[in-house]
Amino acid sequence: MAEFDTPTALVEAATKARLAGYRKMDAYSPIPIEELNEALDLRRTRLPLLVLLGGICGGLGGFGLEYWSSVFAYPMNVGDRPLNSWPQFIPVMFETTVLGAALAAFVGMWALNRLPQPYHPVFNVDAFGRASTDRFFLVIETVDPRFERHGTWKFLEGLHPVGVSEVAP
Amino acid sequence: MEQSQATSATSAETAALLSRTPAVVEPGHTFSSVTDTISHLVLSKRTPIGWFLGFFVAFALLMVLNVTIGKLLLTGVGIWGNNVPVGWAFDIINFVWWIGIGHAGTLISAILLLFRQQWRTSINRFAEAMTLFAVACAAMYPVLHTGRPWLAVYWLFPYPNTMSLWPQFRSPLIWDVFAVSTYFTVSLLFWYTGLVPDMATLRDRAKSRFVQRIYGMMALGWRGSARHWQRYETAYLLLAGISTPLVLSVHSVVSFDFAVSVLPGWHATIFPPYFVAGAIYSGFAMVLTLAIPLRKFYHLEGFITMRHIHNMTKVMLVTGMIVAYGYVNEAFFAWYSGNPYEGYMMHNRMMGPYAVLYWSLIAINAGMIQLFWFRSVRDNIPLLFVLALLVNVGMWLERFTIIVTSLHRDFLPSSWDMYAPTRWDFGMFAGTIGLFLALFLLFIRFLPAIAIFEMRTIVPEAKLHPTAHNTRGGGPGLKAEHHG
Repeated sequence: MAEFDTPTALVEAATKARLAGYRKMDAYSPIPIEELNEALDLRRTRLPLLVLLGGICGGLGGFGLEYWSSVFAYPMNVGDRPLNSWPQFIPVMFETTVLGAALAAFVGMWALNRLPQPYHPVFNVDAFGRASTDRFFLVIETVDPRFERHGTWKFLEGLHPVGVSEVAP
Repeated sequence: MEQSQATSATSAETAALLSRTPAVVEPGHTFSSVTDTISHLVLSKRTPIGWFLGFFVAFALLMVLNVTIGKLLLTGVGIWGNNVPVGWAFDIINFVWWIGIGHAGTLISAILLLFRQQWRTSINRFAEAMTLFAVACAAMYPVLHTGRPWLAVYWLFPYPNTMSLWPQFRSPLIWDVFAVSTYFTVSLLFWYTGLVPDMATLRDRAKSRFVQRIYGMMALGWRGSARHWQRYETAYLLLAGISTPLVLSVHSVVSFDFAVSVLPGWHATIFPPYFVAGAIYSGFAMVLTLAIPLRKFYHLEGFITMRHIHNMTKVMLVTGMIVAYGYVNEAFFAWYSGNPYEGYMMHNRMMGPYAVLYWSLIAINAGMIQLFWFRSVRDNIPLLFVLALLVNVGMWLERFTIIVTSLHRDFLPSSWDMYAPTRWDFGMFAGTIGLFLALFLLFIRFLPAIAIFEMRTIVPEAKLHPTAHNTRGGGPGLKAEHHG
């Protein structure tokens, strides 16, 4: 794990590590850095698709509830108007669509991120306490095919970090 | 030639104007200074004495709420001033008032995010909290107005109950239930999502083990991984996109409670946009009402700068004028429709027994807000605080006028009556203000009132140095491999 003090240094380091062939790595920062997506070659997230599905399910569910309860479960004839008075079902359908989409965004994001996760090895490093304030970290994992204890350490030191440390599992 | 001169003149003017525009964050702030300042408010062991004073007042009012609700449940809604033509009054006036106040929070957190308005950053967190607390206050009114709230569950929510009853989905009141409950849920998810990285910051900075555990649990193990940030930002943007139509729908649905009926003064197509604008207008007034003391007592002038104050005032000016247009439109259609009932409704509003309230609200919402055109007014913080309070009053009067004047004299003169609130009405209103203030004070003591990580993104340090772009551009292999 290498520690940097600016976002620029982290993005540069991540880019160099990628060019050096490292693949299994992650970067940690106190702010979202869009450039890291490219530097680490992150795939685009599937979240928008989940949100779309959530919205569709919410909308269909809302309409289904209204249709079923107004037509089958509790039909109420008001002035001989149709039981399936769909234009009046739109507001509730809209709200359930929004609710479905929002729940999908919330639950989906945490689930894809595998959070909540109370324990993670990076927390074993003392310096990592500043990852939520003003320090930026690049971690190369041991499962990376190019990982080699001494060489990787030397490589990280070559990136001009503030410090390099080993992460206990 | 002439044109280029004109352009250069304008650009010079723009530059001059820009130099007069205060920054969104005071110069000189860094990642650590921003983090320190905001997290100190929460993690510091010392609670300012002013906080206790404020909480004392809020708590006293909250007790008034408890007494009122107790009395209401023991006796029934007869303790309110509601009568036969005026079947709902304070319960719907205050409901609309509180819901409206909530709207500014969502506007700031969602709509301004989509428009990339950086100045939203330091005010969004507490504005969202304000939304949640305001909606909580609002939701109490219709539930308690049912008189027997423990039965209200099957009146309001569709669930398979033993009586095989289902709600009437053609009624705007049921739309309201869905709109408000969805609004609360989505606002809560949005707010909590925004809080998580800050909870991690507080976890990492807390000195005591107990505090660390509490924030640690709320942080869900957040570690700021680039993969997490990527999904996080996507989710945040999507939630903002979802909230934007939602917030517009909520007050539209609230206005349907009136517009779908056939009562003169309510049955108007202008209602949804007019209500939404009024909601944002009153909400920004409440944000100012809270922001001015907050920045003063907690010395947050470096984060909530004059830029924020100016912008909020301008939003109030614009939405206030839309509301004023709504008033003109109502009066115009009362006359232009040629409908005697509509005409009388307007006459009764302007000249009837509640005319004082009508003219007060016109004086505030159409007249007084014109002061916001002046820079000297926008710079005068104590005056703005008073004006913002008056806007809150003006918007409350607007709801009172719309609701009571339409109900108390409708089509049949034989059913006319006057409405006057009782002390229990006022007690409950004061009580919800107490609840709101108490929740807000607890919030600023225990949670970061300003989004720390978002503040970090707008300090100069967060800007990537150009060399990073060069390195990235210089790696052709990387570009080719990138499938994004």
